Amino acid sequence: MHDVAMHDDSKGQYFWVWGALLVLTAVEVALAYKQVFQPLRMLEILLVLSVIKSALIIGWFMHLKFERALMRWLLVISVSACFVIMYFFFFPDADRILQLGVK
Amino acid sequence: MADATLQHDAVQHGLPGEYEAPLFGAYSKKVGMWLFLASDSLTFGALLFAFSYNRISMPAWPTPFGKESIANATIMTACLLSSSLTMVLGVLASKRGDRAWTRNWLLATMAFGTAFIVLHGMEWSKLIAAGLALPGFPKTPGGSGEYAAVAQAVPQFPATFFGLTGMHMLHVTMGVIYLGVVALRKWFLPILGAIWIVGYFLIPSYSVFHYGIHVLGVALLVALIILLLKPKDYDAHDVEVSGLYWHFVDLVWMFIFPLVYLMSTRIV
Repeated sequence: MHDVAMHDDSKGQYFWVWGALLVLTAVEVALAYKQVFQPLRMLEILLVLSVIKSALIIGWFMHLKFERALMRWLLVISVSACFVIMYFFFFPDADRILQLGVK
Repeated sequence: MADATLQHDAVQHGLPGEYEAPLFGAYSKKVGMWLFLASDSLTFGALLFAFSYNRISMPAWPTPFGKESIANATIMTACLLSSSLTMVLGVLASKRGDRAWTRNWLLATMAFGTAFIVLHGMEWSKLIAAGLALPGFPKTPGGSGEYAAVAQAVPQFPATFFGLTGMHMLHVTMGVIYLGVVALRKWFLPILGAIWIVGYFLIPSYSVFHYGIHVLGVALLVALIILLLKPKDYDAHDVEVSGLYWHFVDLVWMFIFPLVYLMSTRIV
């Protein structure tokens, strides 16, 4: 019966993850209220926080942490690789337009 | 025939049988859902990159989200995060075979999802009334028109904002209906039908909620075909697979909320 779950299914861990997600959201909102960073730096910080939040959701809520290693790595690597390719296409160009001063 | 059913059941539940071993150590429905979510993440990825590209490359980017909007979006985020918790509790209840609590947790998840849709619809209504709209949107009576000039000067903002959040809201709506089918099965059809009829006749045509009613109409037709042609009782695997979809909707919002709302704040 390995398909549904063969791991510790205590409810407590899910409440901890939920609490951590709420705290990280509060940090993001606080950063937006303070507005101490320039847009590009703010974008980078928010992206890092979002990646941490998504890792918590995928790992615990979606149970990927408890799946077989082959499935876990195949999904994570293939989707991440697509995003990395998108990143290298889009962001340098967006930054170049900004540097050129195109309005 | 009975043997085939038993052997099929054995494969579905990961027991040793004559047929092939489960792919990646998981049953096929789960692998199928993961593959769908991987492809759907690229759809949202492209939309998010398009939004971020425009945000970075345009210094005159509008910042229409004041304190009230950010507070509203934060409550929406809390609703989705809480819905993920209730969904996990529903999956745990289904693994225990506790049907009553499975249904209760799924209904709680649907309630959080519905709250998210209502709050988001109200936010959309406010922005459209203020003039931040796409050319095809119907005119809202009594709006301030405060952002009409902004929408004309930077049309990329309403295009990417409504495209991205509209796609996400569509996913949330479909998720609520999906969970309704899993939780209540055929009993969900009259509820969905009643909501569709009441909404269609009572919600004004200019309201953003009227757009959603058309989604409900299509979903009602699909649910009707599924449940009447192939009625079934959903088990723990189905609940887990529906949970994967729901968490994905939550996951996408974890990127939309900071990138769209927190990057376009006007806090003084």
